[in-house]
Amino acid sequence: MTNRNSSGGAGSSLVTRRSALKLGAAGIAAGSVLGMPGILRAQDVIKVGHLTPKTGFLGVLGEYATLGIKLSVDQINAAGGVNGKMLELISEDSINPDVATTKAQRMIEQDNVDFLIGEISSASARAISQVAERNKKLFIAVGPRSDTLRGNSCSKYMFCTDIPNTVMVNAVGGALKREGMVDGKKFVTLTADYVFGHDLLRAAKAFFDANGGILVSDDLVATDVTDFSPYLLKIRQAQPDVVCLNLAGNQVTNFVKQYAEYGLPFPTVGFNLNTADAWAAGIGNLSGTWPTPWYDTLQTEGSQAYVSAFKEAYGKLPENHSWISFVAMRIMAKAMGDTQSVGTPDLIEYLESGQKFDLLKNRDGYFRAGDHQLIQEAFAFTVDEKAENEHDMIVLGDPVPGPDEPLESIFPTVEQNGCKL
Amino acid sequence: MQFVFLMEQVVNGLVLGGYYLLIALGLSLIFSVGGIVNLSHGAFYAIGAYISIEIARVFGFAGGAVLSPVIVGLLGILFERFILRRFYRADPILSLLVTFGLAMVGEQLIRIIWGAAPIPVSLPQALKGPVFIGDFLFSKYRLFLLGVVIVVLTGIWLLLNKTSFGRVVRAGIQQPDMVAALGIRLQPYMTTVIVLGVGIAALGGALFAPITIVHPAMGAEIITVAFVVVIIGGLGSFWGVILAALLVGVVRGVTIYFYPAAGAASIYVLMFLVLMFRPRGLLGERIEKFE
Repeated sequence: MTNRNSSGGAGSSLVTRRSALKLGAAGIAAGSVLGMPGILRAQDVIKVGHLTPKTGFLGVLGEYATLGIKLSVDQINAAGGVNGKMLELISEDSINPDVATTKAQRMIEQDNVDFLIGEISSASARAISQVAERNKKLFIAVGPRSDTLRGNSCSKYMFCTDIPNTVMVNAVGGALKREGMVDGKKFVTLTADYVFGHDLLRAAKAFFDANGGILVSDDLVATDVTDFSPYLLKIRQAQPDVVCLNLAGNQVTNFVKQYAEYGLPFPTVGFNLNTADAWAAGIGNLSGTWPTPWYDTLQTEGSQAYVSAFKEAYGKLPENHSWISFVAMRIMAKAMGDTQSVGTPDLIEYLESGQKFDLLKNRDGYFRAGDHQLIQEAFAFTVDEKAENEHDMIVLGDPVPGPDEPLESIFPTVEQNGCKL
Repeated sequence: MQFVFLMEQVVNGLVLGGYYLLIALGLSLIFSVGGIVNLSHGAFYAIGAYISIEIARVFGFAGGAVLSPVIVGLLGILFERFILRRFYRADPILSLLVTFGLAMVGEQLIRIIWGAAPIPVSLPQALKGPVFIGDFLFSKYRLFLLGVVIVVLTGIWLLLNKTSFGRVVRAGIQQPDMVAALGIRLQPYMTTVIVLGVGIAALGGALFAPITIVHPAMGAEIITVAFVVVIIGGLGSFWGVILAALLVGVVRGVTIYFYPAAGAASIYVLMFLVLMFRPRGLLGERIEKFE
């Protein structure tokens, strides 16, 4: 089931082979003049090792992530590459933490990639981070959201770009508090049974404790579960005020469809939902308030330009994992361009410097030096149950924090995360 | 009250058994006649779901559910004629390999035709919502599904046990050489059974599409549970598959009731226990070909 796709280089980019060669030659010449570090001259291309789940319960999201990073690489190459060198994307299916470890090691040893990027699964990201640390290579953990990757499992060599669980909880929690759906209310939760879900449940419990929510039951759900009927009967037995979902990937879509099938009356909310999973649920099934790091209706110039380019390239709309993959690759291109280096120490120093990056949102983001988290705006969205199609049913709310508040106000502090780099 | 909720899980488990049965039955049928463990069965299930969605755009949900199995059944003729037929008498490992490969081809074909993103499907409004029978809650749609399963099971049973077609098939399973000696050509019968098997899988795909995520790997997700059912019931046993499907549904539901985290693992523990004490499955016959 392994896909091994290469993208980029002169052959597959939008520039012609001849112009790419010219650009490459010009870049090398410029590099020599500018005293570019030797490491950047060691290879003809910059090799990007991309790992993401393309099969299994996160496979749908991984496919989108791959499209996003590929578009980013194609655009960068079409604009002349980085410091005159083309990017070569080596993209593989990480499947699970064991496979992710093996492939990350192989990418470093055999493919000689300059850095690793990708992932959605927090468990696989933790495994890749260990490989990166052993080999002193940079790893941009693009999609995983587990707080532990910014806490106990943080690493000098790993930078996390997506919004972590606690922020997802806070983004939705704020909306729920405004609607009076927390204080004194009985919650049942269903949680994906792996590191991401456990972590999300921990953040949810902290939120309930702090805001007067009463957790009456919390069931763990294996990642390969497709039938939720026994869980739905337990929810009915518990008679909660709110059903809260800490599920992941396909689990969310299956649950939402079957919840609508059984017609249970309790409102649902969730602390994690990817928009591809929301679309897959179909009209009339999804309801409630959910968090998201980005949606294609976000009215910024950069965001709309990205949506147009994605639609032109693939004939469909992008979702949040394609967006963050696109953005993460652009961040790395800027980092390599500004430092004139692919050397790990140079890039780490640059990313830790507080440099601002365009995330296609209202406000620029930056990496926090203490835990390597990309600090940025988050959003809550509600569902328009009368919408005519899956895309329109998602109604994006205002960004949190508000324009006058510091971006870090919705993030746990470095001390709270417990990260020691 | 506690007991009522436990019983509700047991009854829901029996309904859920019907859900597994649609996939497992076809697997078992194909094994019975051809001695082939069809690892590509999940691909027919997935293709059935996708085709039903396309048909439903024009003819509605019912049209999709009826026509999709017919179309996939026709694909089944090609499958039998050009692939399976070569492996009836071959080493079982060869058919395992070829059907495994075909499963991957099927999944990739779906990716090429419909893309990797899931396809949104909603339940018809008339079949949405709960039904209360006493204290028990059921989904209206699953009761409808159960009705379909019962009709399919009855139909297959009658076909195999009360018709001349069924008599030839059963004789062919036990004594293919003797049937040939009587001047009966088994090939059309084999083809028909394969068509029935993959057609039922497609029906499962069409019926499950509104309540599960429809994506290219959906066949690979369902096939594991279907195999567990067939192995617990006994390869090739009609009643064994039914018994195992119900048992798997109940064991899973009750485990989730008491210890949700073990819900998915419970069916594999059940399979382990059955194989420990009865390696041929609950109602399976001794299979010389595999010994």
